[in-house]
Amino acid sequence: MRTLWLALAGVFACVGTALAQTGDCTEAAALVHADAGLSRAAPAIASRHELKVLVAGSASSILAGPGGTRAAYPVTLQSALSKRLPGVAVSVVNTAKPRQTAAEMLASFGQVLAEQKPDLVIWQTGTVDAMRAIDVDQFRAALEKGVDQLRAGGADVMLMNMQYSPRTESMIAADPYAEIMRGVALREEIPIFDRLAVMKAWNDEGTFDLSTTTKNSEMAEQVHVCIGRLLADLVVEAVDFAKEAKQGK
Amino acid sequence: MDQPRSALTQTADAAAPSLRGAHGASAAVAAKRDVRLDLFRGLALWLIFLDHIPSNAVSWVTIRNYGFSDATEIFVFISGYTAAFVYGRAMHERGFVLATARVLRRAWQVYAAHIFLFMIYMAEIAYVAGSFDNPLYAEEMGILDFLKQPDVTLVQALLLKFKPAGMDILPLYIILLVGFPPLLWLLRRLPVVALAASVTLYALSWQFDWNMPAYPSGEWVFNPFAWQLIFVFGAWCALGGSERLAPLVRSPATQGLAVAYLLFAFLITLTWYFPRYGHYVPRWLADFMYPIDKMNLDPLRFAHFLALAVLTVRFIPRDWPPLKSELLRPLVLCGQHSLEIFCLGVFLAFAGHFFLVEVSDRLTAQVLVSALGIAAMIATAWLLSWYKRAEGRASGSGPKQPDADLAGGEA
Repeated sequence: MRTLWLALAGVFACVGTALAQTGDCTEAAALVHADAGLSRAAPAIASRHELKVLVAGSASSILAGPGGTRAAYPVTLQSALSKRLPGVAVSVVNTAKPRQTAAEMLASFGQVLAEQKPDLVIWQTGTVDAMRAIDVDQFRAALEKGVDQLRAGGADVMLMNMQYSPRTESMIAADPYAEIMRGVALREEIPIFDRLAVMKAWNDEGTFDLSTTTKNSEMAEQVHVCIGRLLADLVVEAVDFAKEAKQGK
Repeated sequence: MDQPRSALTQTADAAAPSLRGAHGASAAVAAKRDVRLDLFRGLALWLIFLDHIPSNAVSWVTIRNYGFSDATEIFVFISGYTAAFVYGRAMHERGFVLATARVLRRAWQVYAAHIFLFMIYMAEIAYVAGSFDNPLYAEEMGILDFLKQPDVTLVQALLLKFKPAGMDILPLYIILLVGFPPLLWLLRRLPVVALAASVTLYALSWQFDWNMPAYPSGEWVFNPFAWQLIFVFGAWCALGGSERLAPLVRSPATQGLAVAYLLFAFLITLTWYFPRYGHYVPRWLADFMYPIDKMNLDPLRFAHFLALAVLTVRFIPRDWPPLKSELLRPLVLCGQHSLEIFCLGVFLAFAGHFFLVEVSDRLTAQVLVSALGIAAMIATAWLLSWYKRAEGRASGSGPKQPDADLAGGEA
C-alpha cells in the first residue's frame, strides 16, 4: 500500500510542473504515513461528497508579509485535496493566529466548532509552547483536552508539529514537545504530520537550505507548497486507512 | 561502586572495617581516588557535548539512544560521589564550618561559570537576531524577543530562572551543592537516615509536583527535588554505601536482572526510532511506562542507570589494567577537570552549531565539529593538569592533601 502511495506521490510530483524548480520535495514522503484513520471525514466524503477542513495553528501556518496567507500551506492543501478527491467539495479554512500556545488555541475550539462544523481539524501547534518553555505536562494535558473537545464536537483531528528551524535550534528546545505530540497521536490513535522530521529531511538532503539568511519569501512559499501537498497525501491516506479499517471489521 | 572480589579479599581491607558505619569519611581518607570515577565522568562530558550540538549525527553513538538514561545521570551520580569523597574528608579533617565554606565556594564558582556561559549564549543570540530574517521563520524569531527587555531577562538569568536550552545542568549542580553541607553531616553520622530522607523528598516531589519555577514559564528542566536522589545516592556510595551494596551487586540474580532490564530498555528505545514497531509494545505497558519523565528523574531512568552501574562495576574493576593506559588517559584527564571541561563543552556545542549553520551542515562537517570539539576538550584538560602540577611543584609544600591534584577542587 505504501509503495503505491509513494508511486502515486511521485507521479503527482512529476505532473505538477508548477513546482519544477523545487525539485522533488516529495522525497520526504516516506516520513508521512497514516497510522490511524479519519473515521468521520471518510463517511463525509463518501456520502455527502464534501470535506470541510479547518486549520488551527500559529504563525507558521500563515506566511508573513503581504498576501502571505494566500501562499501558506492550507491553500495548497485545498487545491491538492480537490485534485486527489475528484467530485468532492473540499474547503479549507485557516484560523491560525500568531503567538498562540496549545492551551490558548484550545480556548477558541468551542466557538470554531460551532461556526464551521468541520469534518477534520488539522491542529498545528508546539512552536509557541516550546519557545515559552511551557511545562511539558501542561502541554500534554492541553493537547489531550483539545483532541477530546474536537472529537466531541464531531470532527476528526490530525496533529502537525513544529517547523525544523536550524538557526534557532540551540535556542528553542523543540524535540521534547515534538515527542509529546507524537506520543499523544499514538495513544489517541490520530494521524500526525511530522513537519519537524519532514523539514529536517529536506534540509539534510539539500531539497531546501533552511539555514539560508534570505529575506526573500520565495523559498518560504515553496516550502509551504510542499507541506500542503504532503499534507494532502496524508489526509487521503488516513481516509483510506479508515475505510479499510471499516471493511476489515 | 565496589571493588572486585580479589581486591576485597586482599589489600584494601585494612580499611574495610572502618568503612562500615559511622566512620565512612576516615575510610575515604585512606582510600585512593577511584580512577573509574574520572573515566566515566570524562565520558559523560564527551557525551553531553555531542548531545548538545543540535542535529548532530555523531550523537547517535551516545547512550541516550540505546536506553532510558543518558549522560546526565552518570554526571550527577559521579558528582555526588566525588563531592562526598572530597568534602567528606574536609569535614573529617577540618570540621563542619570549614567544609561548608569550601562547598559554598565551589557553588559560587559553578554559579560564576554558569553566568559566563549565559553571556556567550547572549552573544550568539544577539548575532543571530541581527543577521537572520527569513520569512519562513517569522514565528521562531520570536525567541529573540527577550533581547528587547534585558531588564527582565538578565535579572531572571541571575536568579537562575531564565535558563536557555542546554544550560540546565549547572543550576541543578549549584542547588545540590548549596544543600550539601547538612546532608553530608547527616550522611557521615546516619547514612541510612540521609538516604531515606532523600528518597522521601523524591517521593514527595512526585506526589506534590514540587519543582523550582522557571522564566518565562514552566519549571526547571532538571527538577532538583527529584534529581537530588541520584546525587545523594552517589554521595552515600562514596561514604561506605558501595561496600554495603557489594554482595547485592555481585549476586548473579542482580546481574541477570540488570542485563534483562538493559535489553528491555534497548528494545523499547528501538520503537522510538522505528515507530512502525511501536505497536508491538502492549498497550498496558505503554500506559505504564509513558511518559518517561526526564524532568523528574523517572524511576525507569534511575533503574536504567543502576543497571548500567551494576554491570560496569562487575566488568570494570577498580584495578582494571586499561585504567592506567595512555589510551584512556584523555577521558580520565577530562573527568578530573569536570567543571572547566563541562563549560568548555557547552561553549563548543554553541560554536559547533554556529559552524554547522554558517558554513556547512553536511555529515562530514558534523563529524569534524564533533572530533575537533573533543580534541579541544582533551587539550584543555591536559593543559589544566600540567598547570596544576607545575604550580604544585613551584609552591613546594602547600597544604598537603594526598592526591590534591586529582581530588582537590574537583568535586
